Amino acid sequence: MTETILAAERAICTPGEILATGMGFIPGKGTYRESDNIRAGRLGILSIEGKVLKLTPLSGTYLPKINDRIIGTVCDVLMTGWRMETNSPYSAVMNLKDATAEFIPRGADLTQYFDIGDNVMCKIINVTSQRLVDITTKGPGLRKLEGGRIIKVGPQKIPRIIGKEGSMLAIIKESTGCEIQAGQNGLIWIQGEPEAEIKAAKAIKKIEEEAHKSGLTEKIKTLLQ
Amino acid sequence: MTKEHLLKVLEKGIRYDGRKLTEYRPIKIETNISKSAEGSAKITIGETELIAGVKLGIETPYPDTPNQGNLMVNVELLPMSNSEFEVGPPGDNAVELARVVDRGIRESKAINTKKLCVKEKEKVWSVMIDICTINAAGGLFDAATLGAIAALQSTTMPKLEETTVNYDEKTKEKLPITRDPITVTVYKIGPYLIVDPLPEEEKEADARLTIALTRENTICALQKGGTEPLTTEIIEQMITIAQEKAPQLRKHLK
Repeated sequence: MTETILAAERAICTPGEILATGMGFIPGKGTYRESDNIRAGRLGILSIEGKVLKLTPLSGTYLPKINDRIIGTVCDVLMTGWRMETNSPYSAVMNLKDATAEFIPRGADLTQYFDIGDNVMCKIINVTSQRLVDITTKGPGLRKLEGGRIIKVGPQKIPRIIGKEGSMLAIIKESTGCEIQAGQNGLIWIQGEPEAEIKAAKAIKKIEEEAHKSGLTEKIKTLLQ
Repeated sequence: MTKEHLLKVLEKGIRYDGRKLTEYRPIKIETNISKSAEGSAKITIGETELIAGVKLGIETPYPDTPNQGNLMVNVELLPMSNSEFEVGPPGDNAVELARVVDRGIRESKAINTKKLCVKEKEKVWSVMIDICTINAAGGLFDAATLGAIAALQSTTMPKLEETTVNYDEKTKEKLPITRDPITVTVYKIGPYLIVDPLPEEEKEADARLTIALTRENTICALQKGGTEPLTTEIIEQMITIAQEKAPQLRKHLK
């Protein structure tokens, strides 16, 4: 049987494109096998690691992943917790025990902790095979986000917006004086003076647009001056 | 998105995207984008994007207007254009939007419907305007009317043969458009009056008033929406804003 790879490393692949033929290769993230062929499952950049083909997505919605820090919006108050929207096809549930260290008596009004419409910086603690998502607000930096506004960006662009060890976000925070929290699910919360917020939002949009280009840090620095 | 935060920003006289309170996002109009429609337009206001098409057909007139053409406006809020839109029959928002556009065109007498009469009581031209949202990011009312008028202005009459309409052969005759009404929708959030809202602002608005104006700045239709009542002074302020904005919007039409 012939085993050939048809796409180059770091090539941009479109959904359905045949990446390799033969059983010698293994489909990784974002790819799938169809009889002898390995095809791309989404738009992305190909990386070849030995026999495994992987796609780094360039577009698409957010899919919940364990240990991701996301921004959720409370959409329902349940008997023993809260249901949150996560800017993805799956909603998440935060249980009472994961919400606060405080003692909550039986029958307490849960809206005093989190009410519908509240934005919360939280962490995913579990994702089941059926995509039931559990989240928590216990942990460093996890909290309810009071006031401020939320902007949406592509979830693939979040690592670029945060930068290496948070360097890019630090530049924006420093020069605008805004408080900024970026969630892995593509939501970014900004709070500060109205003019500063607009400046920060513009800078983030610019990073999103030019995420693939190099020398972005310098560009953002000049934009913010 | 809290309302207090939004009000704090509006208090400074700026919007979430840095605009002034009564400033529109950049507007772009492209006409004749569809080959099969008699007239069409694509309009973008900031991130909001919609297309309007005009189709002409021969129908029997309504009994109360035996010598006038018919006008129909239909709006589709496509589920792909906003995550809050659902599939299925038109909802309240789509129907209201269609009626506001219809009323603006009808009450301003923008189309000379008498000229659309082919044979009294038997045959008249029917003007059907279809509006589809491509991306709904606020300010649909003003965009829809602007799109409808741009599409109407670009409409050419198809050839009328004895019994049928030959759509393949286009005549040089234009649809008899006499006026170009513009709607300006003024939103009230707290004490502030704004135009061309962002989706966030639209959600938090207390009330809105859609004002249709002719070229002479005469009001020809009104539509009030939202839960909060409006006082006479507020309505007067809204009309002043609309009369100031309408000529600016009209500049984008040919």
